[in-house]
Amino acid sequence: MHATWFTLLGLMMIAYAVLDGFDFGAGALHLFVARTDQERRQVLAAIGPLWDGNEVWLIASGGCFFFAFPRAYAASFSGLYLPLMMVLWLLVLRGLAIELRSMLDHPLWRAAWDATFAGASVLMAVVLGVALGNLVRGVPVDATGYFQEDLFAGGGRAGAIDLFTSAYGAFALATLSAHGATFLVWKTSGELAARARVAAKVLWTITLVLGGLASVMTAIAQPALFAHLPERPWLFLLPVVAIAGAVVALRSLRVHRELRAFLASSAFIAAMLLATAGAMYPVILRSTLDEAFTLDAHNSASGEVGLVTGLLVCMPAVALAVLYFSYLFRSFRGKATSEEHAH
Amino acid sequence: MDASTWSRLQFGFTVTFHYLFPQLTMGLALLLVIMKGLALRTGDSRWDDLARFWAKVFAVAFAVGVVTGIPLEFQFGTNWARFSDKAGGVVGLSLALEGLFAFFAESTFLGLFLFGEKKLGPRRHFFTACMVFAGSWLSGYFIIVTNAFMQHPVGHAVDEHGRLQLGSLSTYLFNAWAFWEYAHTMTAAVITGAFVVSAVSAYWILMGRFEHHARAALRLGVIAGFVACVLQLFPTGDRQGKLVADYQPPTLAAMEGKFESSSHAELALIGQPNVEERRLENPIAIPQALSFLAYGSFGATVRGLDDIPRDQWPDNVELLYFAYHIMIGLGTLLLALSALSVLLLWRARLDRARWALWLIMLAFPFPYIATTAGWMTAELGRQPWVVYGIQRTTEATSPTVAAGDVVFSALGFMGLYLVLGVLFLGLVLRLIERGPAPTPAQG
Repeated sequence: MHATWFTLLGLMMIAYAVLDGFDFGAGALHLFVARTDQERRQVLAAIGPLWDGNEVWLIASGGCFFFAFPRAYAASFSGLYLPLMMVLWLLVLRGLAIELRSMLDHPLWRAAWDATFAGASVLMAVVLGVALGNLVRGVPVDATGYFQEDLFAGGGRAGAIDLFTSAYGAFALATLSAHGATFLVWKTSGELAARARVAAKVLWTITLVLGGLASVMTAIAQPALFAHLPERPWLFLLPVVAIAGAVVALRSLRVHRELRAFLASSAFIAAMLLATAGAMYPVILRSTLDEAFTLDAHNSASGEVGLVTGLLVCMPAVALAVLYFSYLFRSFRGKATSEEHAH
Repeated sequence: MDASTWSRLQFGFTVTFHYLFPQLTMGLALLLVIMKGLALRTGDSRWDDLARFWAKVFAVAFAVGVVTGIPLEFQFGTNWARFSDKAGGVVGLSLALEGLFAFFAESTFLGLFLFGEKKLGPRRHFFTACMVFAGSWLSGYFIIVTNAFMQHPVGHAVDEHGRLQLGSLSTYLFNAWAFWEYAHTMTAAVITGAFVVSAVSAYWILMGRFEHHARAALRLGVIAGFVACVLQLFPTGDRQGKLVADYQPPTLAAMEGKFESSSHAELALIGQPNVEERRLENPIAIPQALSFLAYGSFGATVRGLDDIPRDQWPDNVELLYFAYHIMIGLGTLLLALSALSVLLLWRARLDRARWALWLIMLAFPFPYIATTAGWMTAELGRQPWVVYGIQRTTEATSPTVAAGDVVFSALGFMGLYLVLGVLFLGLVLRLIERGPAPTPAQG
């Protein structure tokens, strides 16, 4: 049951990264690829009906994490207090920028929200990477089961942001930007799509380079991550899938198979994250102080009765959610136009 | 002040601000379904225009509700880690279910409802409105189940580490407390939605603008408001009060400013509690009424705070007392105003009674204040417990988070939400000035 919940939670977080990832990426890029007001409205029309649904995956995974592994939830959220508060503020600002921008036809109003939207999107992409970096690197959980990290590492104290997690942050920014650019090629048209196509090609190359770098740094800094590889040989497949995804995405963009490019791009992100989660299992919060303090899927899980009951009621809900999303994406299929984003 | 007090302040502030928006969207969701239903049945395009107008207000309020809702779920982990650790195995489930069952439906169909009127056609557009309503009201239920567990924990077991685990799903989900709390909360949301719709319509009529639309909307708002106000008092408010009397006697005593136990207990309408001298100053009271309301018999004994150990008293008796009395006072006022409006409507004089339109227009803040006061009554009344009788609020905080961190984040939220509130008001006022557009939505 612990493994099942770990898997379910992992898959939901991956769904979140893939889905909100493309609107973070689109947001991070739109100042560069969308130059006119009409083009920016087109970007917002492409993500307008989707972004808050995407964000629900974060809320739902948060709820499932809270329910299934309360000890790890309590320790990680309180230990990363300040970074999480900033995530909340970024999400607030970003949501406002998307919703409020087109409500006033005033150049300064729109410029301010465009900048907010871009800035918050860039930072959110970086934050997701840094968060993953913290999970891989480990945090100073002590005998009480809690920890507190400073924002920046230094002076002998652990911090949420250090060289290692920064590399993850940069990798995440590149990946989600590439993903967002691929999404824009798929969902928009005209010069905007042409610029997104150029951006996607450059960004995918950067992503592959940074991905290699992050992998090497991981091998050096956290060899424990690779300890389970021999008993889980299927893990070797995932990096192959990921690289294939990136290559297919690049090739599909060249031959104008845009939906296939987006799916391949999603496969890249999903495979990378799945490989990480698969290598980490059962660890959730690795203690850097002592292995005995590590919080894992067994020692931080809720009771068996609750987990079984919870799974029975949650599974149909996840299935329904997938159904809703297919319906939503089908309803808004085709290219977005700037007229659609109008309140 | 210590981290615990600041965490309470921060949660209180963020949850109060947040709930200004869902109470409007949940109320409007029902009214939108009625408007779309009337449009389908009568073929009167005014209802479509009105639905389109209120959908815009709904969209802005919904967006603010979403972005201010995420910080609440996060704060369980960031500020209330020991509560999350102890109770996550139970309350986490309803929060997970809220996201999975309610938010997905709500956000998906809201996108379709807002952007898809032309693509979907009238029947399917009506269906999306119903799904938005179902999603938002279902999400309300899961939140209430979570709160009801904290007020009156049932359906759980305690494991060998002292953590709460789910014992029975049906007992947990169908907590009697949750049923009445939900009914009371949802009728309150309908009151807010109905009074806002009525106030805007009254404003339009007074200004002589969009009158044709405004008359229809006013009729709907006034009738919905009256029905909800009646249900708010009876049976939902009455049953909620009886639950408090049965399961939280210290709370009842503090709410009513009752310091000494007695049979034939009087109901204080006004008065100021003096906790140090343990008496109610300048009271105006109805004899025997409290015994009857709480226990259904004029002779019933009501326990006073004197009979309850000090460490089980709610820790802010004065604020709890006033929050409760403000809720009751405003609730009565709203019922009177809506009864008067319905009477005028029935005599077909409401449109011309400018003094009544003025009152309706100016009354829209009262449902917000009453609802906020009601939640303060519930949450201050639960103190000193975070999970009633099981975990104290002081034992629920995050052990590693310093006061300075919480002050920083609390001030950040206050600044951010100030901006948010100003923007929301500005945008909604602008929408109201433009009024319902007879042609399909334009930017």
